[in-house]
Amino acid sequence: MEKALLSVAYIASSILFIMSLRGLSSQETARQGNLYGVTGMVVAIIATTLSSSVTAYGALVGALLGGTVVGGFLASRVAMTAMPELVAMLHSFVGAAAVLVGFASYLGDDGHEGSRTILLIEIFLDIFIGALTFTGSVIAFFKLRGTLSGKPTLLPGRHLLNLSICAATLVLVILFVQAPGTTGLTPLLIMTALSCALGVHLVVAIGGADMPVVVSMLNSYSGWTASAAGFMLGNDLLIVTGALVGSSGAILSYIMCRAMNRSIWNVIFGGFGADPPKGSTKAAPVTPEGEIKETSLDDCADSLLAAREVIFVPGYGMAVARAQHAVQQITDTLRQRGITVRFAIHPVAGRLPGHMNVLLAEASVPYDIVLEMDEINDEFPRTDVVLVIGANDIVNPGAQTDVSSPIYGMPVLEVWKSRKVVVLKRSRGAGYAGVDNPLFYHENASMLLGDARTTMESLLGKLKAA
Amino acid sequence: MRVGIPKETLQGERRVAVTPDTVRKLRDLGFTVAIETGAGQGAACTDEAYQAAGAEIVPDAAAVLGGCEIVLKVRPPSDTEIEGLREGTTLISFVHKLQDPARLDRLNARRVTVLAMEAVPRISRAQKMDALSSQANLVGYRAVIEAAHNFGSFFTQQITAAGKIPQAKVLVIGAGVAGLAALGAAKGLGAAIRAFDTRASVKEQIQSMGGEFLEVQYTEDGDGGGGYAKEMSPAFIEAEMALFAQQAAEVDIVITTALIPNKPAPKLWLEAHVKLMKPGSVVVDLAAENGGNCECTVKDEIVVRHGVTIIGLTDHASRVATTASQLYSMNMVHFLTDLGGAAKWNVNLDDEIIRGACLAHDGAILAPPPPSQPSPGAVKAAPAAAPIVSPPPAARKAKRHGGHKTLTETKTEARKSYVYESIGLLLIALWIYLKLSVTGTVSTHTTEFLQHLTVFILACFVGWQVVWNVTAALHTPLMSVTNAISGIILIGGMMHAHGDAMGPAALLGTLAILLATINAAGGFLVTHRMLKMFRK
Repeated sequence: MEKALLSVAYIASSILFIMSLRGLSSQETARQGNLYGVTGMVVAIIATTLSSSVTAYGALVGALLGGTVVGGFLASRVAMTAMPELVAMLHSFVGAAAVLVGFASYLGDDGHEGSRTILLIEIFLDIFIGALTFTGSVIAFFKLRGTLSGKPTLLPGRHLLNLSICAATLVLVILFVQAPGTTGLTPLLIMTALSCALGVHLVVAIGGADMPVVVSMLNSYSGWTASAAGFMLGNDLLIVTGALVGSSGAILSYIMCRAMNRSIWNVIFGGFGADPPKGSTKAAPVTPEGEIKETSLDDCADSLLAAREVIFVPGYGMAVARAQHAVQQITDTLRQRGITVRFAIHPVAGRLPGHMNVLLAEASVPYDIVLEMDEINDEFPRTDVVLVIGANDIVNPGAQTDVSSPIYGMPVLEVWKSRKVVVLKRSRGAGYAGVDNPLFYHENASMLLGDARTTMESLLGKLKAA
Repeated sequence: MRVGIPKETLQGERRVAVTPDTVRKLRDLGFTVAIETGAGQGAACTDEAYQAAGAEIVPDAAAVLGGCEIVLKVRPPSDTEIEGLREGTTLISFVHKLQDPARLDRLNARRVTVLAMEAVPRISRAQKMDALSSQANLVGYRAVIEAAHNFGSFFTQQITAAGKIPQAKVLVIGAGVAGLAALGAAKGLGAAIRAFDTRASVKEQIQSMGGEFLEVQYTEDGDGGGGYAKEMSPAFIEAEMALFAQQAAEVDIVITTALIPNKPAPKLWLEAHVKLMKPGSVVVDLAAENGGNCECTVKDEIVVRHGVTIIGLTDHASRVATTASQLYSMNMVHFLTDLGGAAKWNVNLDDEIIRGACLAHDGAILAPPPPSQPSPGAVKAAPAAAPIVSPPPAARKAKRHGGHKTLTETKTEARKSYVYESIGLLLIALWIYLKLSVTGTVSTHTTEFLQHLTVFILACFVGWQVVWNVTAALHTPLMSVTNAISGIILIGGMMHAHGDAMGPAALLGTLAILLATINAAGGFLVTHRMLKMFRK
């Protein structure tokens, strides 16, 4: 395929990707957006296959088919609750691919014209970000699966460690650029190892509750990787697409961080979720007054039936217990009785941005009764019953009142302002942030202990019987 | 500071700017309150009640107008009242500049700071001081009451031993605050309600009130911004007239509320339509003050034409004086709070609301501020609709849209500063780079690199712009679709798929293609699965 036609195809593909992101801006056009993305990808692949730089068709077709089958298999089998893991794992593939492409560029002659120094720096950068994304995503995957503990692992002097890795990388880039031929492979490999270590270190230092930010940050990294590869190969399509993905991930992370009142720099450099120091928490321990009240299924069902306005606040507990279908049926039952039911979604509920929306959508909860925090926070005082399903930190009044709390300043759903709050919880333990929740001691709050799904299903039985 | 409330002087006006309840609130804000004797009579507020709330009762208007720093009124001030104001007074009232432009000049000549209630910007934050909405709500309600009073039948359907009485059909033209309130009130009385509006965005609000949204067979959105409609094209109007002619034969009550800012009210209900209506039908023209929507309207009168009663009254709000005053006076309190109360009194022209409402200050007439963008009619509708019936889901949704807007506003602000800063930094960095690297001739690789950099930065910018519009509910699909798209790195692998297929570069490249394809295929498929689940 001639060069002009190739460029046109790449431009078409870039436009399709932009339209794909644009399509995602509303539910009505989202599916179309996804189709645009697929089309863009197919156009890019076909155009590149027909271009002069591709001759090894056998291997290419094999890899494409193999990849499609494996990817399709993974995606069609995954349960919606395991979505965060899948996304993290897929990120790691992009990182690994970028590393491989980087090495391939260094070892093979790709006919790239231009300065060798700039090319080498670009290769170096590509592999660096790629390796970081790869190991970071792998760790995120294991953390989300629960194979690794959700607790942040903080090495002593971790900032110093990060800094020294960066410094070593700088030294290596100089060695690498000056090495003639392919003798620069040694510094390149050392750097790859260092970058892998950095990726691991950055992500292990982040607590499980902050995983949504990390996942979207890694998403952003995978975009920048593609962009760096584009610079390396002199390919504008890669640059454009990488930049689109990179900036979109960056914005998502920024939105998440703002929702939790955290600094974005903390996420990028890792180890957040650990500050402020534990000392200050100990120094001013919060001892909520009163005692935790427990309620029974019957009482809970009665108050739901007596209510006019009900709000459900789902959290990660609902996802873990896969209670969304029971929740949906309860919603239907209540709505049939003329009770207004709405859902309040905190921006960081769950382990992915928008996690709760996806789960509720899976269970066919209409999306127009699923509201964001800003939309619904004023409504709590008018609400008769709030049912908190497996959420903790996002409904913690301490975030507004207790300066010593690690989550102080994070916007929360003000459920305690409603007439009655019922908290569904597995145990009396603390949430991910490890803070006690004064909500549980609140006079109008009571607990319903047990697995979210079992509880919701029994509750559904009571409601139907009533 | 002393706040003065004179008795309204316009014939038949029964409202008052401040009620005894709000006197207390004003005192809490640090004001002292002086009120003309009998000012609250029409709104059932006695002097004793004012006195009990801590207001000083003043025997005549002159003492109020000339002796207070701030004067609160409902209706625009008359010439005598303007003469009575002392220099430097702040007047908060409806001013209706367009009805009488000279009035503002006269006020300005006395160096009065004029804050016009009708000019309060229609943004979410200003809703609590939006007197147009608070009064329009009552006007809509009252329009139905007037209609019912002049209509010779029930609104509800009744089947009695003595025969069947059909349900009354009410058509509302212009579903603004007043229109929606009218729909709610008519529904409450048991009528079948339907509404027409040129703005497609209000369809949902009409349906939320239980009304039918009438549509013409012609596509044109009439949203003129600020919650108002714009003037429509002749072709549209023709289609509209045909629709009205068809409706005229069917409906019993027509309530028109159509206004276009700065223009006489559009003539929508022609004499021909009136002729088509059944005898005994009623038309309530709420635009009578601005010329009327109906050709047969006589301002301030109730007339009968072709057997149809046509109500052109303009004092609907005054006819529900007690509640109208109560709502208006709360608007006043909110506005005075926004102005800083007595302690921190400040006519801060940097504040969007105060700037919008302020027509004259310090002896100068202020030009209208540039229109604020995010002020959909949808925002206004919610508070009006709420009191009529228990809040319907869609009206709440409209409010939700309002909340959204504010969110977007803040987002926009944050985004702006970020974008400007980063653009600035990037440009500086680029300049330094060029300064250092380009010595003598510009080498080809630098040019190439710069081209790539241009593309890169533009793409970042596009991504940045596009992604801000994504709703929070779609963040997970967005992430998984961008993740799939980042599988584009397989192109990088493909560029090595040539020559010796067993060479290290080609092998690595192939492996990269494999991994990237897994990502792309998996990502797109999983996004598709997710999106399939979203349903309304």
